[in-house]
Amino acid sequence: MILLLQYTLIFASVLMLVALGGCFSEHSGVINIGLEGVMVMGALGGALVMKALPSGTSAIVIILLVVLAAIVLGAIYSLLLAVAAIHFQADQTLVGTAMNLLGTAAATVFVKAMNTAEDVNNVSSTIQYVEPKKAFLVYIGSFEFNWFMLLALIALLISYFVLYKTRFGLRLQACGEHPQAAASVGISVYKMRYAGVLISGVLGGLGGIVYITAGVSEWKFENGVAGFGFLALAVMIFGQWKPHRIALSALLFGLFRALANVYTGFSFLAALNLPSNLYNMLPYIICLIVLAFTSKNSRAPKAEGIPYDKSQR
Amino acid sequence: MEQPYAIEMLHITKRFPGIIANDDITLQLKKGEIHALLGENGAGKSTLMSVLFGMYQPEEGIIKKDGQQVDIKDPNHANALGIGMVHQHFKLVECFSVLDNIILGVEPTTRGGVLQKAQAREKVVALSDKYGLKVDPDALIEDITVGMQQRTEIMKMLYRENEILIFDEPTAVLTPQEIDELMEIMRNLAAEGKSILFISHKLNEIMSVADRCTVLRKGKCIGTVNIADTSREELSRMMVGRDVEFVVQKEEAKPGDVILDVSDLTVASKAHSNNAVKDVSFQVRAGEIVCIAGIDGNGQTELIYGLTGLEPAKSGTVRLKGTDITHAPIRQRSTMGMSHIPEDRHKHGLVLDYSLEDNLVLQRYFEPQFVSKAGFLKRGAIREYALRLIEEYDVRSGQGPITTARSMSGGNQQKAIIAREIDKEPDLLVAVQPTRGLDVGAIEFIHKQIVATRDAGKGVLLVSLELDEVMSLSDRILVMYEGEIVGELDPKKTTVEELGLYMAGARREEKRA
Amino acid sequence: MKEQKTPLLRRSWVQSLLASLLCILIGLLIGYIVLLIINPAGANEAIITILKNFMTYSRREAQIKYLGNTLVKTAPLLMCSLSVLFAYKVGLFNIGAAGQYVIGAGACLYCALGLHMPWYVCLLASLILGMALGILSGMLYAYCNVNVVISCIMFNWISLYAVNMLLSLVKESTSPYTLTLSSNSPGSLLPTLGLDNLFGGNSYVTIAIPLSVLIAIVIWVLLEKTKLGYELKATGCNKSAAQYCGMKEKKNLILTMAIAGGLAGLGAGLYYLTGFEQWSCTQSTVPDMGFNGIAAAFLGGLSPLGSILSSLFIQHISSGGAYVDKTMYCSQISDLISSLIIYLCGFVLFFKFAMNSWQNKREEKKAEKLAAETAAAGKGDDET
Repeated sequence: MILLLQYTLIFASVLMLVALGGCFSEHSGVINIGLEGVMVMGALGGALVMKALPSGTSAIVIILLVVLAAIVLGAIYSLLLAVAAIHFQADQTLVGTAMNLLGTAAATVFVKAMNTAEDVNNVSSTIQYVEPKKAFLVYIGSFEFNWFMLLALIALLISYFVLYKTRFGLRLQACGEHPQAAASVGISVYKMRYAGVLISGVLGGLGGIVYITAGVSEWKFENGVAGFGFLALAVMIFGQWKPHRIALSALLFGLFRALANVYTGFSFLAALNLPSNLYNMLPYIICLIVLAFTSKNSRAPKAEGIPYDKSQR
Repeated sequence: MEQPYAIEMLHITKRFPGIIANDDITLQLKKGEIHALLGENGAGKSTLMSVLFGMYQPEEGIIKKDGQQVDIKDPNHANALGIGMVHQHFKLVECFSVLDNIILGVEPTTRGGVLQKAQAREKVVALSDKYGLKVDPDALIEDITVGMQQRTEIMKMLYRENEILIFDEPTAVLTPQEIDELMEIMRNLAAEGKSILFISHKLNEIMSVADRCTVLRKGKCIGTVNIADTSREELSRMMVGRDVEFVVQKEEAKPGDVILDVSDLTVASKAHSNNAVKDVSFQVRAGEIVCIAGIDGNGQTELIYGLTGLEPAKSGTVRLKGTDITHAPIRQRSTMGMSHIPEDRHKHGLVLDYSLEDNLVLQRYFEPQFVSKAGFLKRGAIREYALRLIEEYDVRSGQGPITTARSMSGGNQQKAIIAREIDKEPDLLVAVQPTRGLDVGAIEFIHKQIVATRDAGKGVLLVSLELDEVMSLSDRILVMYEGEIVGELDPKKTTVEELGLYMAGARREEKRA
Repeated sequence: MKEQKTPLLRRSWVQSLLASLLCILIGLLIGYIVLLIINPAGANEAIITILKNFMTYSRREAQIKYLGNTLVKTAPLLMCSLSVLFAYKVGLFNIGAAGQYVIGAGACLYCALGLHMPWYVCLLASLILGMALGILSGMLYAYCNVNVVISCIMFNWISLYAVNMLLSLVKESTSPYTLTLSSNSPGSLLPTLGLDNLFGGNSYVTIAIPLSVLIAIVIWVLLEKTKLGYELKATGCNKSAAQYCGMKEKKNLILTMAIAGGLAGLGAGLYYLTGFEQWSCTQSTVPDMGFNGIAAAFLGGLSPLGSILSSLFIQHISSGGAYVDKTMYCSQISDLISSLIIYLCGFVLFFKFAMNSWQNKREEKKAEKLAAETAAAGKGDDET
């Protein structure tokens, strides 16, 4: 049971972070399908730092540096989307898809090159981080508390506050709803959209490193992040683009993911003998069903996905 | 010495590739006056205002504010100089509250950027009382009326303490009462020392509210006149360069058989839970133009949707030439002889990314003359047909039949739709605001086509918001108010004033049995 | 209206071609730079290897044989790109080609290995299941207003897990891979019609290859020459206008997704029924084939005929990646290059715009030289 709670919380943290990232991007008017790729890049950044740090580094330093690396790499990578979508009015779905493929390919090439350079016979795309990973964990009884859970909670609170209580949030949402209106009162739509996409890069990158350290101590980058970016998009839509609802749907979807991992530990679930694939499928199916009933009056930002052209009034 | 002018635009010239949009235009706005800017569509009003607003840089000419030359670089800069504008299409975020929209861009915050709405709200309430704007700061934009939205826009300017207020065609979307209220508000504002630029092509409004008027035509400045010293006719001559036919030349109508018979039609509203059209009954006969008059949003759109099949009818019946078509698919109505010039030519009327020729066969591409039995299009026949229509209806475009519809001017897009719908030789022509946003030449052409259709013995159902058009074109007027037909008038026996009373719901006939 | 000859650079297909070549060039250049960074010593050789693909073999027979392998994988890619571009022409972004491909794979492999059906039944099954998935997305959009991109993303994952479950029934007991077709259901293998002999006895070369090219041509004819194409494209450009002129826009949207889904599903059939690859029932990511289809569709200038070339090119360099010197580089370098090319396809509109404005400037200069009269009057600034 504790294991289920632990997995639920850590997966929910991942989904929440990434979905909040998507939420910022979409509120600024840019659809970020490329979150999957952003997560891979964030994960790569964090993993490289963990690998590079000498053993014996204090936990707090490890945490800070790993988070920093994930954030920076995620943000830089999200610039690919920002530049293409904002300045060159590229098709956001196309660019996002490309970023997903590119993220995995680039990370794989990089890690393999690195591994091969260290040892000619090592052609794997795996990075190990058994020791440094322990820095993130605190044991409360048998419950494995992960500092990232706290981080996700903080990110949630800050996101809510920023979106609804600050000038920045008001302006960001105006750009996603009606960019021409925002521009007419002197708001730079380009800047706000860059900000939105960059924040999604920051949170997406962070989500990436949380994900690959969630259950395991090494990561094979050829696998990308196994669809978590897409699942986070579902969480965001399920949460109606609102942080507090995103938090709830992240918990729900996190629970299903956790079940897929640990259902054998529950005698009644194990007795059902359902394959784990089914638990993996469930969040998507539920999301689709809910969407089918709620999409008639969707609260999606009105101008999302539409390139903003200064010259059009 | 006190400067008499708030803003002076001197000898402004702005060129675009292939066209001079503004040619040596001078406009001087006095402090505390209401200054009208009159001109047809395409006369250069919008360009001039964009220059004033810093969206375009003029090639020649200077702008002075309070006698000092200024170089307005962008809209922010214009705002900083105290210039504010109510755009034709409101710049409001629908899901924000009125207050959020007002403060957007100039939010009062703490140092850390946290919003402090309380003080903003006080200021808004105070301003609202002072100028009689009656805005509710907490209402969401999507829930309030168009008139209230416009007042929110006005409040945006007042909140920013703008001294120069530009109104871009502000009355197009308002009811007569709301127009009166707006005029009153504008007078109040001027009395408080604000300087107002009022862009319009409606002579009546200019005559009633403005102090002076500058007239543009084809990018040139024709002159500035004092309203007190001029007349409606003189202004209109200045605007179009010739006397306007206010009355369409047409013979007496000779109504024939009933073509369209609508009884007790009810259509549900999309936006709200109530019905947009309530138990409406009327007939259209061959050889007459029946006009549905009314203020925008009183159910005309939904009525037409119900007739043409774009929305399902909730109850009642619609008969075309005696056949019940209440629940017939759109294609069947079309092939049975109903043509429809839609209200929104970009949304419904055209496939903008298709070529002109493909748009011209949009209602007929499935006919055997254009498609083979195997389902292949007969390109040659389509080209031939398109060339004939282009010729007959004088549709102008860059590359003829292969021009993309998107690249054509609004007037020619509309002409293409008219050509397509009239050439179908319908028994009933449904025309919804067929001249909206067009210049005088195109309007005249379209009016003639509509009259010719009537004279060919077809029934015409016209929906129009323009009183002049209603009065001059129709043989019979039905006034719609809040989803019901509240009166039937004879254009020859009624006056614009009486029509206006019906439209505003101030008068209604007893419901006909 | 005088008929003018459009300058070469103004023609849309020339612009598409140039833009695509530019994407390829920049993609290769960046790929080369990455190779240089990893190991400058072998970069030249590696990039040439990728571009040469099967031509790295010196023997002609081997070349032909491995050309065959590339073609075998080109067929499904072409089908996926047709699926994407067909939907795109009708205004829908079929990111779900990936999922429809997956479900198609599941359908044909189960029919073959579980039910031992002949090849044409298996092929039909993949077509129908792909269609069904497309129809689901189309219906969700038409009746429930669920964005196609969103529903497709969900279906991609749903179908991956579903197919993993289904094919677990017919997998080898000791590995996650499905049983081989040749030993378990040889009747389900696509016929070769002697094509294998043309490619040095490469038994994977089947009718799939000519069939996919034929389908590309059919799709082109359908879109450009028929009433159905006219209707579908009108629906895609403007749903409201399609409704206004009496087209059944909901039916058209669903039909489009059905065809798109069918194409992707069939693509999987045309690949997995050659026996070239087995399905791994533990894979946790949706196969890239559908996403690469997006690349091929855009790189081909969204034309079915262009897709034939672009699919071949993308598959060519992807296969080429397998031949790089593994002591220095990894085969994913070609994935890197192809994903870069997709990314760059996002800029195609901008490239075309740049070409047009360059052309405009040239013409303006010419016009100035001739001191011709200023442009004809008539076109005002439209204020509506």
